Amino acid sequence: MALALAGLAAPSFAAGPSLLNVSYDVSREFYKDYNAAFAAQWRKTTGETLTLNQSHGGSSKQARSVVDGLEADVITMNQANDIDLLAERGQLIPTDWAKRLPDNASPTTSVSVILVRKGNPKNIRDWTDLGRAGVSVIIPNPKTSGNGRYTYLAAWGAALKRGVNPQAAEALVARIFANVPVLDGGGRAATTTFAQRQLGDALVTFESEVPLIKREFGEDYEAVYPAWTVLAENPVSVVDKVVDRRGTRKPAEAYLKHLWSDEGQQIAAKHHLRPRSPKVLAAYAKDFPKVQTFTVDELFGGWKKAQADHFNDGATYDRIVAATKR
Amino acid sequence: MIFTRTLLRRHSVLPGFDLALGFTLLYLSLIVLLPLSAAFLKTFTMTWGAFWDAVSSPRVLASYRLTFGASLFGALVNAVFGLIVAWVLVRYEFPFKRVIDALVDLPFALPTAVAGIALTAIYSGNGLIGQHLPFKVSFTPVGVFVALTFIGLPFVVRTVQPVLEDLSKELEEASATLGASRAQTFRHVIFPILMPALLTGFALAFARALGEYGSVIFIAGNMPMVSEITPLLIITKLEQYDYAGATAIAVVMLVASFALLLAINALQAWSRRRQGGL
Repeated sequence: MALALAGLAAPSFAAGPSLLNVSYDVSREFYKDYNAAFAAQWRKTTGETLTLNQSHGGSSKQARSVVDGLEADVITMNQANDIDLLAERGQLIPTDWAKRLPDNASPTTSVSVILVRKGNPKNIRDWTDLGRAGVSVIIPNPKTSGNGRYTYLAAWGAALKRGVNPQAAEALVARIFANVPVLDGGGRAATTTFAQRQLGDALVTFESEVPLIKREFGEDYEAVYPAWTVLAENPVSVVDKVVDRRGTRKPAEAYLKHLWSDEGQQIAAKHHLRPRSPKVLAAYAKDFPKVQTFTVDELFGGWKKAQADHFNDGATYDRIVAATKR
Repeated sequence: MIFTRTLLRRHSVLPGFDLALGFTLLYLSLIVLLPLSAAFLKTFTMTWGAFWDAVSSPRVLASYRLTFGASLFGALVNAVFGLIVAWVLVRYEFPFKRVIDALVDLPFALPTAVAGIALTAIYSGNGLIGQHLPFKVSFTPVGVFVALTFIGLPFVVRTVQPVLEDLSKELEEASATLGASRAQTFRHVIFPILMPALLTGFALAFARALGEYGSVIFIAGNMPMVSEITPLLIITKLEQYDYAGATAIAVVMLVASFALLLAINALQAWSRRRQGGL
């Protein structure tokens, strides 16, 4: 479908060049605003009218589409291994793509938080509470969802940060997943299960999703910030093979660089993505409570290793699930 | 027979046999065979052992049982109730008949995700129907069966309907005048005529259910070993960029589906022959 959309977008009648940003599912609203701002900025500096097209969908599906030939000028994801794929499978970008831009090439971040029902009746304060008997928690399937993978790593990493050994961390994660009654395919589906079907005492999701959930489903929810959580980085990259062939390298690079500008960072903060700029972060401090974070690189040796150790077939997650008595 | 054949040869507006066959083969190759053979080729990159591991792990086996079981059960239920729906739509006049007739096609037209979300909402613990049921439907294998029944209904109704419309009432009247009871008339006169169409509808509903992903994924709950359908496991493999593993499972599904459809077609041909050609 993404291919069909791109096909429709291709014969653009605008005078200037066009860019296609291939992104993950829940970044739609943010990039809609950001595109408008960047197009205005580009017209001011170059006089050109830049047409910005967006394609959104499940992140690994989107990455596969680009490898299979979807003409993305830039790719903006919420997990580094989805961009690594472009270097490994398609040789579309160099393997050191993350070093080409500041902050691990991630202009924004988010953190995994726990959403509970009003008043927090089960008194859930941290990841360990999700593993208690009698608590039911909604987490999207780590096999199909980046959100689910981040949740798993958040609980595991927080245990390591508390100083327990990996065996105990695994045991905690196993207890948490034994408390999951439904494994939805993605983050938004899990939200529906929690908010609309009223299943579960808690939902684990990105901080950036919480205001949206409250807007859609009312204020009957509270976000709980655990002592430690995972920092979800949202990496971006120019797709070298595509921009060089289409001659769009200049606007594409400017498009990504502008994400780090005050304007770009502010738009991100408005969409509840944590900005990298300390200045903008300070201005929106009340929206982003302080929380201790760790990255996947720091505790799990990067996404590639985390995927192989934990989520591939026969790895730790599968072992945990197989051992769970239902 | 011989007469009609020569007549056809002389006056047919359709292209001749050679051209038509060539076109058929080319079309089928481009649309069906080529993409499918790509799936087969991908699995050839695996060793036999890796292939076997991918398609026979306990989790995958559990998903085959659920997918084939729920699809078969859904198609059987549709065969019974679809026949009744078709019968009512053809034989009786009642208000809003056209509207109800159009309703049958809705499962065709509705995006499967919409169907899945709607069914999940209705059958969940706090849903319209779910709250009155003594057992859980959403997020259990029963939910999978419900979704697969929903999407399969039009196939049975739409294949049986035209045959029922062509069925002349005189046959039933003749049967009645010869002293047959209503049950006998149905069993010995009507049912044999409907059988081939009913089998086709059943096969279509069954095949459609085997490949269904969009609607099931919302209602299944996707618990490993319990309510994971095979298409979900294929997506899971793709999510790991394990193309070969994904196509290995797909190939098993393909071969199994093809064998089952072939068997149903053979059964249909047999029932048609027994009936003396129609």
